[in-house]
Amino acid sequence: MTDPIKHFASRVTAHEMNRREFIGRSMAAGLTLAAATSLYGKAAMAQEPKRGGHLKLGLQGGSSTDVIDPAKSSSQFTFAMNRNWGDTLVESHPSSGLAVPSLAESWEPNADASVWTFKIRKGVEFHDGSELTIDDVVKTLNRHTDEKSESGALGVLGSIKGIENKGGDLVLTLSEGNADLPLLLSDYHLVIQPGGGYDNPNAGIGTGPFKIDNFEAGVRATFVKNENDWRTDRGFVDSVEMIVMNDATARMAALSSGQVHFINRVDPKTVGLLKRAPNVEIQTTSGRGHYVFIMHCNTAPFDNNDLRLALKYAMDRETMVEKILGGYGKVGNDFPINETYALFPESIEQRTYDPDKAAFHFKKSGHDGSVLLRTSDVAFPGAVDAAVLYQETAKKAGIDIEIKREPGDGYWSNVWNVQPFSTSYWGGRPTQDQMYSTAYLSSADWNDTRFFNTEFDKILLEARAELDQAKRKEMYHDMALMVRDTGGLILPMFNDFVNATTTNVSGFVDDIGNDMSNGFVASRLWINS
Amino acid sequence: MANPLAGVRAARHRLKETHPLSVLIAERLGLSVLLLWAVSVLIFAGVEALPGDFAETYLGQSATPQAIANIREDLGLDRPITTRYFEWLGGVVQGDFGNSWASGAPVSEQITKRLGNSLFLAFFAAAISVPLAVGLGMVAVHYRNRIPDRVINVLSLAAISLPEFFIGYILIVFFAVQMGVATFPSTVYDNMGWSERLGAIALPTATLVMVVLAHMMRMTRAAIISVMSSAYMETAELKGLGAFKAIVKHAAPNAIAPIVNVVALNLAYLVVGVVVVEVVFVYPGMGQYMVDAVTVRDMPVVQACGLIFAAVYILLNMVADIVAIVANPRLRHPR
Repeated sequence: MTDPIKHFASRVTAHEMNRREFIGRSMAAGLTLAAATSLYGKAAMAQEPKRGGHLKLGLQGGSSTDVIDPAKSSSQFTFAMNRNWGDTLVESHPSSGLAVPSLAESWEPNADASVWTFKIRKGVEFHDGSELTIDDVVKTLNRHTDEKSESGALGVLGSIKGIENKGGDLVLTLSEGNADLPLLLSDYHLVIQPGGGYDNPNAGIGTGPFKIDNFEAGVRATFVKNENDWRTDRGFVDSVEMIVMNDATARMAALSSGQVHFINRVDPKTVGLLKRAPNVEIQTTSGRGHYVFIMHCNTAPFDNNDLRLALKYAMDRETMVEKILGGYGKVGNDFPINETYALFPESIEQRTYDPDKAAFHFKKSGHDGSVLLRTSDVAFPGAVDAAVLYQETAKKAGIDIEIKREPGDGYWSNVWNVQPFSTSYWGGRPTQDQMYSTAYLSSADWNDTRFFNTEFDKILLEARAELDQAKRKEMYHDMALMVRDTGGLILPMFNDFVNATTTNVSGFVDDIGNDMSNGFVASRLWINS
Repeated sequence: MANPLAGVRAARHRLKETHPLSVLIAERLGLSVLLLWAVSVLIFAGVEALPGDFAETYLGQSATPQAIANIREDLGLDRPITTRYFEWLGGVVQGDFGNSWASGAPVSEQITKRLGNSLFLAFFAAAISVPLAVGLGMVAVHYRNRIPDRVINVLSLAAISLPEFFIGYILIVFFAVQMGVATFPSTVYDNMGWSERLGAIALPTATLVMVVLAHMMRMTRAAIISVMSSAYMETAELKGLGAFKAIVKHAAPNAIAPIVNVVALNLAYLVVGVVVVEVVFVYPGMGQYMVDAVTVRDMPVVQACGLIFAAVYILLNMVADIVAIVANPRLRHPR
């Protein structure tokens, strides 16, 4: 199947496209009527999940230092575990990225988005048989934000000043308006626990589709189905086994020999080999993570916008995606947002490799001599190769880039955010506001391009409290342009999440929220035979 | 003659004359304790010197200054390094290795399981590789410079020349993926049956056997050959001693020391050095456990792992020396 048709099929499976629409669009994409009809049948059949069976996942990212406590969850493994046994108040929509209800049924902001009221779902049972109450919700959020909090979500929730139970509803008061608050509550750390998890944060008692059966940190975790799950559209298998497999080759061997049904983090360099296995299907999802080359806007010679533009035009993005990501990614446009974010500004022209423009700006900048770029393979997989590739394309524009390979250990403390020109990686954030506030606001700790623009800061804060979506989108458009045309960010590519399943499982949803179908892989997959 | 030290020295000398082995073991044990203490200081200083402390590395990208401060306060990381070290040492002297900073669970409890897994794998690898290596070494000597000797040499050298992860991958591809006869991944867990466990470790055991075989085999071969060509073996033969008696009385005692040394070294490697094999086969042993702990600077776990590894080395080396001394009367009475 070609990509667009595969995408249509997955939308049929997700109840987002009807027969007429699917066949029309598939034929427009080059399919015959007969083929499109038969394909529709298959995709629609895939809607009927089969129940039962034992699902096995081989996952990268587990460590013997992992704990069940969702506040301290930081690995890919515990991320997917949390999704199995617990629920958050809000989830993000798999394809639009907008906030959708989970344990919170609905929500209302006040006029300036600084006070939010959430209705909590009734009749939901925890694994220990007790019923979910507003008290549990308040205490959970307290545990993640109180003065003793060691939670990974503390940074996200920093602006919450009041957490109250008002007549059975959750009322959150913020220090400043934030139109994105519901999405922030979809953070995977914020699993609602009985009594807020104060008594035993590692109990693993939640409201999720699976109960924890056994957990050995850094080895494996097993789950059994929660028979009293409040949702029927998830958790199709009887039991789940998650095995920590940190070696990429081991994961591929386990999948192709049928020992596991799913693996994450398929190496783009070897995905071609894995594809040859007859029983394997590659699952790629557009991601928000991006590989970047960052310049400090306030440090010579990068304090000259013409030099920065020259270096941006000297980047061959298509080749980067092809060579460094093996084609599993999308080109970037020098601002840290792509179409997976809500309110993405589509109308911005794509910057392309243009040696003439690069040479023009380079000459205009008056810079003489070479430019020093520091890199290491810990910056992102293939960073050193990417730097060499960049050196070649820049040479055609008459720009001489000198590459310095730095040691991997200590790269994040000695080079990144310290040296004026280096390679780096950013994971995505749930909202545009979060991404910009983390790394492009003048006062941000991680302003790794030293981007100081008071106009930008002002729009960012205004947009945060703006409830009118059209206006907000306009603001994000302006901000993106500022970063793209005056910032220190060269963003050649967004990397896809590359997972793989065996062909006897179905139900994998391309979820733009995060890797592994936003962590919900075990509750979404079912086994066909 | 009123010097009291002289008396002690004389007594020690007498003791050494009468019980040479016990004195040696006692001395070695004393030195081991000192060595282990030095190791603990080195590890502590080493982990401290790594960039980033536990609070920063554990929280990773989601770290906020407040969360970092809370973790530091919780664990007392803001106190001076010497205070923390002696507090830890005080616990260890009383047999308490403390709790893992990351999981909050007692270190000893977690380590028992992982060490058990490592020893389980090492035991089977050793039980196969040591007799095999010594046997093949003897066969090689017997057919010295003839075809069997050459074949043994070439094969074992080829095995040792390949990186262990590569051997592992080859075994996985053939036996797990293509033929589907072996268990993969080799994960073992609580309440797993014995036969299942043995099946799970088949491939990693085979890998380890291939990795350590050549070293021990070649040392056996070399040691026996060098002893057989020495002057006193010729003398034994000339004075009319039978070949078998000559080997038992003269050759074996002299050849055993180097062989035992190499065996000890390889056994220690099997316990402490197999992290790559653990990762490739997804086997939950000590190596991966320590690497995980170092990654987030989980000091109590790193320390405990480090001490166990050091103790294994010291112990095995000591056993090797003792075996060599017991086997060879000449070493029992050093002049």
